[in-house]
Amino acid sequence: MASTVYNPNTKGWKEWLDHRLPVFTFMDHELNKYPTPKNLNYWWNFGSLAGITLVIMIMTGLFLAMHYTSSTTLAFNSVERIMRDVNGGWLIRYVHANGASMFFMVVYIHIFRGLYFGSYKPPREVLWALGVVIFLLMMATAFMGYVLPWGQMSFWGATVITNLFSAIPVIGDTIVTWLWGGFSVDNPTLTRFFALHFLMPFLIVGVVILHIVALHRFGSNNPLGIDIKEKKDTIPFHPYYTIKDMYGLGVFLCIWAAFVFYAPNYLGHPDNYTPANPMVTPAHIVPEWYFLPFYAILRAVDFNIPLGFYTIEAKLGGVIAMFGSILVLFALPWLDKHPVRSARFRPYYKWIYWTWIIAFVTLGQTGALLPDQPFYFIFFGHEVSFGIKTITVAQISTFWYFFVFLGVMPILSKIEPVKALPYSISNPVLTAKEGK
Amino acid sequence: MATKKTSSSHPAADAPKDPTKRDFLAMASGAVAVAGAAGAAWPLLDSLRPAADVLALSTTEVDLSKIPVGQSLTVMWRGKPVFVKHRTEEEIAAAKDVNISQLPDPETDDVRVKKPEWLVTVGVCTHLGCVPTGQGMTDNKGEFNGWFCPCHGSAYDTSGRIRKGPAPKNLVVPPYAFLNDTTIKIG
Repeated sequence: MASTVYNPNTKGWKEWLDHRLPVFTFMDHELNKYPTPKNLNYWWNFGSLAGITLVIMIMTGLFLAMHYTSSTTLAFNSVERIMRDVNGGWLIRYVHANGASMFFMVVYIHIFRGLYFGSYKPPREVLWALGVVIFLLMMATAFMGYVLPWGQMSFWGATVITNLFSAIPVIGDTIVTWLWGGFSVDNPTLTRFFALHFLMPFLIVGVVILHIVALHRFGSNNPLGIDIKEKKDTIPFHPYYTIKDMYGLGVFLCIWAAFVFYAPNYLGHPDNYTPANPMVTPAHIVPEWYFLPFYAILRAVDFNIPLGFYTIEAKLGGVIAMFGSILVLFALPWLDKHPVRSARFRPYYKWIYWTWIIAFVTLGQTGALLPDQPFYFIFFGHEVSFGIKTITVAQISTFWYFFVFLGVMPILSKIEPVKALPYSISNPVLTAKEGK
Repeated sequence: MATKKTSSSHPAADAPKDPTKRDFLAMASGAVAVAGAAGAAWPLLDSLRPAADVLALSTTEVDLSKIPVGQSLTVMWRGKPVFVKHRTEEEIAAAKDVNISQLPDPETDDVRVKKPEWLVTVGVCTHLGCVPTGQGMTDNKGEFNGWFCPCHGSAYDTSGRIRKGPAPKNLVVPPYAFLNDTTIKIG
């Protein structure tokens, strides 16, 4: 650390302050001196995009909270008041509501990038695990936020998701009553969800800080997946990647703004503009798009699982599969022991990766359909269907989702050839080893 | 601990004469701290349970005289819908004429009703809590002519028993009593 002490060009108050609170030393160390692989591509933009999105969500959420009322009798109308009467309220709410979708889009790409380039492999296992924790916290936060407008989808989404816990043997119903603070989703549920929806983003900020600390321990992975060997493999984070991140941010904000200004409800459900009615369930309830793959895994288990000494009922099996689909990510660094990080140099995994992505996207589509209807998807405006039941497609995709992690990856760790890797980031040509 | 000066001037940093004794003290005080934290957390977590006013609103009376044969009424009890169904002779016969052993949640129709013409169930699907359709005359009643849950496709029969789909249990029969021939009190 002593070698990285900041030497400000300008003396005076900065030096005075830095001596007492080393804020400039810290920034200099983490931005100017932080060595970053010079070959990062645009897939490496999504971490900073996620961080900026988190800040925008907290800012817009703070101001929405100043106008929102978390009471079952007033919540829906207070949201309508934000939309119609509060100055610029519609804008803040649409930025926030679409921001949830943007946040998940960015984070999914961020996770997929990590999966492709092996960013979860040693020595970055803890960095990866902290990321999975952030993802779980995001899901909880988004779920509770969606309940707050107290529309039909809010109410029935809350009912279905909290009922997942009733699948726990023996104590399930007690837990659900405790979560609700009553005998159904009602006012006590709404008020506590609001409190927790306000709190959890700050927990996310805390874990994000740990995520960045763990990242800066060994620095970013890179598309070649090889370690930094020499100084010329790196460039300072600032200004090279700050400017690249700013460019990506500009593109990202254009997409976000396009939704906010031209299709603010495209990613939502019209049913949520109907006030919550505990007596009537809408004909077709589906979660927001970013939960669909996991919802599909939940529904895919429609059969009891006999273990001999105990039979797991379909309902509990679905819940275990759904939570397991995320928890398995924690084990990934130990399931995939192949020494090569980047899929670019893994002849088998690079294809397996894409089959997994296809399974995940397919799960998303099955989550949006009814279990018994024929599975279809839209391909360039054409409806493509093979006449297979949606539930069957979901079951096959669920199997593949898990089998890639639990079966394929451990096998590939043993049998996949280890190809020759580039000598270094600045000498990416394989023949460079011969001294060219 | 690193320098000689601190170890000689600070008695706590001296090498313990009996290391197990010190370990015991550390673990014991740690255990007390954890127990204390759990005790402090308990009232906070306990406050999330149903409050007294929520528990107080727990009975509902229903006037049965307004429900013609073959129709159903939905009333609210504890924030949940309760289905009160005035069953027809055919529906009662269909409910009784079932091989109990083949049901996912075996129950005879007799134990689910107090009077055969009146079926009272909580109108909440035992899968994930949606309200099944089948109360209205034109609703989808599902394959077994009782109720059908639109969320995940569970079908219930005319006794409210689960027959098909992911729900594990029959529709719950709430505690209720006939106050007289035309009034019941639920809860």
